[in-house]
Amino acid sequence: MSRLAHLARRRTILGISLALLLVVAVLVSAVIGQFSVSPSEVVGSLLRAIGIPNSWAPDDPTAEAALWVIRFPRIVMAIAVGAALAIAGAVMQAIFGNPLAEPGVVGVSSGAALGAALAIVTGLLAYGEWTIAVLAFAGGLAATLLVYGVSRANGRTEVVTLLLTGIAVNAFGGAGLAFLLFMAGTASREQIVFWQLGSLSGSLWRESLFVLVVAAIGTVIAVALGRRYDLLALGERNARHLGIHVERLRFWSIVLVALLTGAAVAFVGIIAFVGLVVPHLMRMIIGPSHRALLVASAFGGALLIVVADLLSRTLVPGAELPIGLLTSLIGGPFFFFLLWRQRRASGGWA
Amino acid sequence: MTGIRVESVSIELGGRMVVDGVDIEIPTGELLALVGPNGAGKSTLLAALSGERQADSGRVLVGDRPVREYPPLELARIRSMLTQDNAVSFPFLVSEVVEMGRSPWARIAERDRDADAIDTATRRTDITHLLERRFTELSGGERARVSLARVLAQDTPIVLLDEPTAALDLRHQEDVLRIARELAEEGRTVVVVLHDLSLAGAYADRVALMEDGRMRAIGTPVDVLTEQLVSEVYGVDVEVLVRDGRPLIIPRR
Repeated sequence: MSRLAHLARRRTILGISLALLLVVAVLVSAVIGQFSVSPSEVVGSLLRAIGIPNSWAPDDPTAEAALWVIRFPRIVMAIAVGAALAIAGAVMQAIFGNPLAEPGVVGVSSGAALGAALAIVTGLLAYGEWTIAVLAFAGGLAATLLVYGVSRANGRTEVVTLLLTGIAVNAFGGAGLAFLLFMAGTASREQIVFWQLGSLSGSLWRESLFVLVVAAIGTVIAVALGRRYDLLALGERNARHLGIHVERLRFWSIVLVALLTGAAVAFVGIIAFVGLVVPHLMRMIIGPSHRALLVASAFGGALLIVVADLLSRTLVPGAELPIGLLTSLIGGPFFFFLLWRQRRASGGWA
Repeated sequence: MTGIRVESVSIELGGRMVVDGVDIEIPTGELLALVGPNGAGKSTLLAALSGERQADSGRVLVGDRPVREYPPLELARIRSMLTQDNAVSFPFLVSEVVEMGRSPWARIAERDRDADAIDTATRRTDITHLLERRFTELSGGERARVSLARVLAQDTPIVLLDEPTAALDLRHQEDVLRIARELAEEGRTVVVVLHDLSLAGAYADRVALMEDGRMRAIGTPVDVLTEQLVSEVYGVDVEVLVRDGRPLIIPRR
């Protein structure tokens, strides 16, 4: 079988596996918690909600409330955030021409967090209850433009430059956050700490649905641009000679990354490394062609965050681990592995 | 028609005139070799021909229309360009890379024509056996040939090649120039930047010799690649043998 056909078959298998795993993860996540609900009750409750009366649905209003007020919005948030961050990572890697670019690593997430924190501390409500989201987006956009502006040379980004820029942006974002912590009252302080560590607890329906809509739109746009991202892998000049409007593509992609990251960060805080680990694993399985890669990354990211959230609230009985801690625990060593591999392949840090 | 006309083009880079008042007319069906010492401005001039670089003064016309006025996609269906940048950021398969050359024709060309163009390009560049490999696993010379195949797959009336023979062995150097020759005979306009003067002399219709951004001489290979002119421009004593009306340039050692 040719390698191309082989990749096509892998794509199908991966797609089906991810979809099945996601369904299982969602069910397990809905079942497990302080208030126990059986799997059949979960399925029954869902069926009833879409208008199919059945005998499985729970009679206990507490179970119904636990599912619909607490667990389902949280699961939807996990799916949306995972997809948004994974897509943001894959798009960033495409426009930086570097597989190590990622919103958390290069400082887009801390830019967004700084924006969010600013809104919390100053009590700014210029855009009503969405102020935090808007400022998170603005912070993320500013950070992305900054990193993009300073770290590129000849249409590519060297790893060293990218990481050093990331250190600088993260340091600045960290200092800003620290300053805001220093200025803030106790209540805002707790809120900011929560932003730095990331958590999905207390997700509300309207927030979850908002992030879900952003993630879905972002995925559709990114997939539509997929062919162009493929050409960008040839380098900026070659892409231009193939008729790509490189500057325009880059600019709108940066806006897309900031939007996806900002939407995710605004409601759940910094969850690092999702955008790095997920697209990379998918690329290893189905190859770098962006259209399939982006779709797979969206599902893979959703799966990862649903599972990570499940672990974060079950690993330690009676307490919740911050989810950002978990993803960084996995992502840190993985990032190191990628660096090591890339260095071995290229014989240097370029 | 899709010839190229360069009208007193000047390009300044970092305070230096890299291209200085160059005029050339390249008719359809011609293979023009652009030669000259390092830093003479060959690649910059080629970048101006491709529409990539804006001339500071003067203009480049592609088929009677300034090259900078074409929308990128339309231009990509008229001219293809092989740059010296052969890197690919992610491990795409060779077949996928060659197929990228067809992207300007997406939703325009029939599938048959895509398949034909890709097939012709891979056979011409001798990379059929590499199609299943990952681009990132290839040697420098193989990458150069795959990039050339991608450019050929673009199937444009104007083909610009920036040092296409740089990483290639003797046989593949000859292959590339033979392909360039065939392209010109098919009625395409082909401009090749070359360092090997004998190679340029053997295949080109005309040779354009650049020195310090200026067009020093342009004409048939025997007229331009003379002992006196080459020795002077390159600052090295050469002997020129003429075989079958084609010059062979040998440094005196």
